[in-house]
Amino acid sequence: MGGIICAETLTKTYGSLTAVDSISFSVQQGEMFGFLGPNGAGKTTIMRMIQCISPKTSGSLSVFDLDVTTHPREIKGKLGVLPQETNLDPDFTCFENLTNYARYFEIPKREAANRAEDLLSFVQLEEKRDVPIEKLSGGMKRRLLLARALINNPELLILDEPTIGLDPQGRHLIWEKLKSLQASGNTIVLTTHYLEEAERLCNRLVIMEGGKILVEGSPQDLISKYVGADILEVEHSRPVIDCLDTMPVRYEIFGDIVQVHTDKPREIAKELFERCNPGRVYARQATLEDVFLKLTGRILRE
Amino acid sequence: MDTYLIPRISRLSLNVWRRNWDVFFKTYQVNFLPPFIEPVLYLLAIGFGLGMYVGEINGIPYVNYIAPALLAISIMNASFFECTYSSYVRMYYQKTFDAMIATPLSLDDVITGELLWGATRSLIYSSVMLLVLILFGVVDLPLSLLIIPFSFLAGLLFACIAMCFTAITPGIDALNYPAFLFITPMFLFSGTFFPLEVLPQTVQVIAVTLLPLTQLVIITRSLTLSSLSPLFFYSLLWIIMVTALCFILSLRLMRRRLIV
Repeated sequence: MGGIICAETLTKTYGSLTAVDSISFSVQQGEMFGFLGPNGAGKTTIMRMIQCISPKTSGSLSVFDLDVTTHPREIKGKLGVLPQETNLDPDFTCFENLTNYARYFEIPKREAANRAEDLLSFVQLEEKRDVPIEKLSGGMKRRLLLARALINNPELLILDEPTIGLDPQGRHLIWEKLKSLQASGNTIVLTTHYLEEAERLCNRLVIMEGGKILVEGSPQDLISKYVGADILEVEHSRPVIDCLDTMPVRYEIFGDIVQVHTDKPREIAKELFERCNPGRVYARQATLEDVFLKLTGRILRE
Repeated sequence: MDTYLIPRISRLSLNVWRRNWDVFFKTYQVNFLPPFIEPVLYLLAIGFGLGMYVGEINGIPYVNYIAPALLAISIMNASFFECTYSSYVRMYYQKTFDAMIATPLSLDDVITGELLWGATRSLIYSSVMLLVLILFGVVDLPLSLLIIPFSFLAGLLFACIAMCFTAITPGIDALNYPAFLFITPMFLFSGTFFPLEVLPQTVQVIAVTLLPLTQLVIITRSLTLSSLSPLFFYSLLWIIMVTALCFILSLRLMRRRLIV
């Protein structure tokens, strides 16, 4: 298949639980590739296997054409990892966090200091250079983690929920940084719960559930394939349903609203108003969230 | 599976050691106080206070008798508590190990670095304490200076033992068990403040064959009193062998805990 990451029938089990169930995928040079799925779908397990910190149960997984089982050091030296859980070193300042981390990659001291300064300005934390970690806000910690992930000039970035718990400003700032990293040639793999994030950033993505890949494709392709271009949301009532049943449209009922999937929202809305007294009708573009909910259902998972 | 069993240790483990060294010297004022204060307190209270009544043990002034035990205890405490509570905090609460293994470091590198640091801490503490004891004139020179390199080896022993407990403990509170059931009894019954000969025969045998602190006291006392015996070499060999064993065991147990 080729590609920066290549997985073939990759499987991971914990006792009787199959966290990743014989999946195959490949990530190409320079793309931003997303893993989406509800909690427990196996996304983080895949990230950990790519990082060579969780051994696979079976199948094959190679990163940079190297086997994760036999060449963990070589692979990890070229990876940048943004973990889901903050693990900055609380005994150090921002700057020290970066220079100390650089030592694990055997980056010479002077070089490490230069990169640390550059990265602090890249993530807009110059002013916090000598501040201890505990004094940072959640968004700042996230940005510092991104800077730390970049300290070894990685060829591949692994981001597990890069914007988790951030306010809109913080989230947009991270998005902007990720786009500029991709523009400069980085390959980026990310997991996210935020469908808007995946839709904006990812060239390609997979939606997972129960350790399996349900679908794979670009956000636009997935939307047009599974939902259609537009969605009409209509108040749920008996006459509306009767009406819709006579029209050539696909619809789904979610509680007190009915979603009509269509490529011709104007015509359908007009017909609804003329024939079946629908109350309010709301037209919008279909999003990845519609695809996600359609494929993975609306059951809450803990 | 075979490759999995081979320890993956590289010189990168020294960078883990260096991380702990840097943090230690960021707060060195606090860290250097205990090894200065502790021996002074013990020497005054037990050595000179209690010693007034004890007088001599086997012809040795009591304060000279306990001085090497204070060194052995300080070696034990420095690395044991570093590699239990402090390592556990780094591993579990601060997720420092997770951050480290996302780099070219292997988990074995991380644990090895922690163990070497624990041993270093023993060396630092016992060296400072040795200086105080030399100033009090209660240890022989120059043989006592050999305690400095010895404290690294003996510190490594307790670091490795401690790391095994850290690897299997269900939580930080459970680390109190080895602290109270293993360290505290040893502190009292390893020939530290009174000779083993006054204890029942079975306890003596247990102390000499099983208790790590007994080996440390035998060696430090031989050095500070300039009297080597065959027991000295027995204890040295004991320490080397048990250290090697516990080192391998701690790596294995940590992998079992953290690599899932």
